[in-house]
Amino acid sequence: MASESTTAHPFEDAPNHVTPTVVHDPILTKTDFKSVGTRPLRPDGLDKVTGRARYGADFNLPGQLVGLVLRSPHAHAKIKKIDTSKAEKLAGVKAVITAADLPDHTAGDQSMYDILENCMARGIAKYDGHAVAAVAAVDAPTARAALKLIKVDYEILPHVTDVDEAVKPNAPLVNPKMFTEGVEPKPKKASNIAKRTEFGHGDVDAGFKDADVIVERSFRTEQTHQGYIEPHACVASVSPDGTGELWVCTQGHFVYRNHCAMLLGMEVSKLRVTSSEIGGGFGGKTHVWAEPVALALSRKANRPVKLTMSRDEVFRASGPTSATSIDVRIGAKKDGTIVAADATLRFSGGPYYGMWAELGAMTAFACYDLKNVRTVGYEVLVNRPKTAAYRAPSAPMAAFAVESVVDELAHKIGMNEVDFRIKNAAKQGTRASYGPVYGPIGIGATLEAAKKHPHMKAPLGKNQGRGMACGFWFNFGGQTCTDINVGPDGSVTLTVGTVDVGGSRASLALCVAEELGVPYEQVKCIVADTGTLGHNDMTDGSRGTFSSSMAGIFAARNAITVLRERAAKMWEISVEDVKWEDGHAKAVGSKYGNLAPLSLKEIAAAAGNTGGPVAGHSEIVADGAGVSFATHIADVEVDPETGRSKIVRYTVIQDAGKAVHPTYVEGQYQGGAAQGIGWALNEEYIYGKNGRLQNPGFLDYRIPVCSDLPMIDTQILEIPNPNHPYGVRGVGETSIVPPLAAIANAMSNAFGVRMTHVPMSPPRVLKALEAAQKG
Amino acid sequence: MGVLVTTTINGDTVEFACDPHESLLDVLRNRLGLSGAKEGCGTGDCGSCSVQVDGRVVCSCLVLGVEAEGREIETVEGLSTGTELHPLQTKFLEHAALQCGVCTPGFLMAAKALLEKNPDPTEEEIRFGLAGNLCRCTGYDKIVRAVQDAAKVMRG
Repeated sequence: MASESTTAHPFEDAPNHVTPTVVHDPILTKTDFKSVGTRPLRPDGLDKVTGRARYGADFNLPGQLVGLVLRSPHAHAKIKKIDTSKAEKLAGVKAVITAADLPDHTAGDQSMYDILENCMARGIAKYDGHAVAAVAAVDAPTARAALKLIKVDYEILPHVTDVDEAVKPNAPLVNPKMFTEGVEPKPKKASNIAKRTEFGHGDVDAGFKDADVIVERSFRTEQTHQGYIEPHACVASVSPDGTGELWVCTQGHFVYRNHCAMLLGMEVSKLRVTSSEIGGGFGGKTHVWAEPVALALSRKANRPVKLTMSRDEVFRASGPTSATSIDVRIGAKKDGTIVAADATLRFSGGPYYGMWAELGAMTAFACYDLKNVRTVGYEVLVNRPKTAAYRAPSAPMAAFAVESVVDELAHKIGMNEVDFRIKNAAKQGTRASYGPVYGPIGIGATLEAAKKHPHMKAPLGKNQGRGMACGFWFNFGGQTCTDINVGPDGSVTLTVGTVDVGGSRASLALCVAEELGVPYEQVKCIVADTGTLGHNDMTDGSRGTFSSSMAGIFAARNAITVLRERAAKMWEISVEDVKWEDGHAKAVGSKYGNLAPLSLKEIAAAAGNTGGPVAGHSEIVADGAGVSFATHIADVEVDPETGRSKIVRYTVIQDAGKAVHPTYVEGQYQGGAAQGIGWALNEEYIYGKNGRLQNPGFLDYRIPVCSDLPMIDTQILEIPNPNHPYGVRGVGETSIVPPLAAIANAMSNAFGVRMTHVPMSPPRVLKALEAAQKG
Repeated sequence: MGVLVTTTINGDTVEFACDPHESLLDVLRNRLGLSGAKEGCGTGDCGSCSVQVDGRVVCSCLVLGVEAEGREIETVEGLSTGTELHPLQTKFLEHAALQCGVCTPGFLMAAKALLEKNPDPTEEEIRFGLAGNLCRCTGYDKIVRAVQDAAKVMRG
């Protein structure tokens, strides 16, 4: 149970997450398509334009209470005493809980214990916003009044919120029991560095000796939030018999089930979790926060409890991405060959052990074919919320640093930045800087496409600059379980366990329609609750469409086997003489020439007499998620008087393997680029000296609005992934990786100003411009 | 103590009692079962609770329920006529102007108000007209195209 629950969350466990690119014989079987590649309407669309779709906060149960959480106002404080007696006595309050109501069932599983402690502080509050108690009451005003009656006696401890400050020798310790892992001998002194990881190959020092030109720079990126518009929300109902139900907005209801069951000491099969429609996640809904609290409140009150986070709580107490500090050094020959590359990456993980610098270290140089490369990652503890995944987690910051230096190096050598990248790009057979050997990949193709793109030749206006950058993401496969059930009228239900974050129900129905040879409209795809299917990993790592389409295609093949058997029975011939083609069973050979093909509908109608319902199932670990590459081009206009920047033109070129529903693939490219643009120019967590978050709202944490952005051009390349029956690769994440560097490079090209601190907000840009003018 | 309010919502006369401090958004969602408007922030920054009050688009989280007295409220639930979708709804679907869809009700109401005032907006006018609504999924490209296309259909 312990190991299952942790491996189910790939971003907390790198070895399980990062699948080698070529793992087995290619299974690519199809390259001509009827349904795949078309652009039908999504099955959930109508409900979403009429207000009928039900998200996390749109669900209620009879007798439901309102849950609210009391949070620490301190960045780091010992909880000496919590007095809940007055709150408990308030009329209408049905339950008050603290950590004492969430006993430790984690049985030595440190990552689960960290999650438990993050859900409710156990003796020490470790960041501004850390939950310390919770109430359930008959209505919101009563619950709010009850929170005010809880008295917490804090002893304030020294804190550190800055990633560079945290690694200094005398920094306050976030966790006095943290001794750096991955260092020999094991340190005797505790520090805020949880882990050191190293990747690479060759001899980096020797490589630098061969270099004609070396560029070395240090970079910083500030912490950002996924910024999903829907706050976390759930309705929990636990009965005295130990069974429970949970309605929740999540990227992975099976993983939420496993985690909640463990934290509450429940049996997995007795907790049924239903995923609502999800109002954005981007990695931020891969992690439980409020859900175990809501379940514990419900258990204590013996009533259903609805718990919804406010926006302030989402910023302060969910899981933003890391703040980083990165040093990069790259050396090249005059002919443009990179001879050595080295990076040191420090990533904040909040108060807990993470694997964020590790992912940064793995992705940093993944775009390039390098003889000598080394990356070292340091996981840094700070008194900020526990870091969670954010779309291609850790890759954008690493790419910002590396792609900035690559650009500068190209210019120093006197080469065009696209040609320089083409010369050094990874290709099939390249040993990646993080270990595996690549299969067919798209980095070279995206660069060639960028070179030819009209955007590259378009004239620039006054105060405008153009930049480009590349990006990489591993992609993930993972555990997947899918059902196909054929109705008596021949209509098909495809039941999946991967949450639909952006149209995957349409894409999955297209793949199954393709395999069965029936129209898209005949296949209805639904996301099932945890009582209906076996375990499915999260929709993360760009795995939703990749893995569930693979399982869906396999399930369809199993259903076709059944359909052939039934047709054989109806015809009273051997199943070997029945083939499946264009949605029909057809008898093979001239002796059956007078047998008219049987449609899916006809076979389904007779199913009661031929063996019962027709179904197909598939349970797999979807190996072989093909890696993903993109190249972006950005035109930026900077106002030299204010330092304000505006993106005036933007192009995304990315390999999709096979674009199942091209419109939704474009949507992923555009959405990732927009998030990257916000990160590059505006978004950042700002902590005060007191360790409190200063901007926990959309007014002061400014994500891009419609008037901030231009249209975002997309170009889909299709280099089939040999490990998927239709060649599909995940497409969701890579698009957020290049924008930071592409925009920084554009500013450098326009003004000769090398921005090394993200976000490149107006004050930072203005300062850099003024410094450049002074020379 | 509740205050009795009489108002018109999507053409129907509606009576409800609410606390004086309760927002129109909470009344719509928690008392009237109209959960199309969403709470993304509760501070008027995201626009996902957008509704029209007497023809003007507002953040219903910043309006009190008692202020609905005697007004005409329009929500996303009233946008279609019977089974016939509003052109904005049709075009949002056709252009894939939604991914997660949680901001969509707010965008539809804001876009409707925009096109009622300006039936033939430029791209820039659309972008500034919708700048009070946050979308985190789409990058706005397909939303702008859907509004442009819907405007064309509505002009006839």
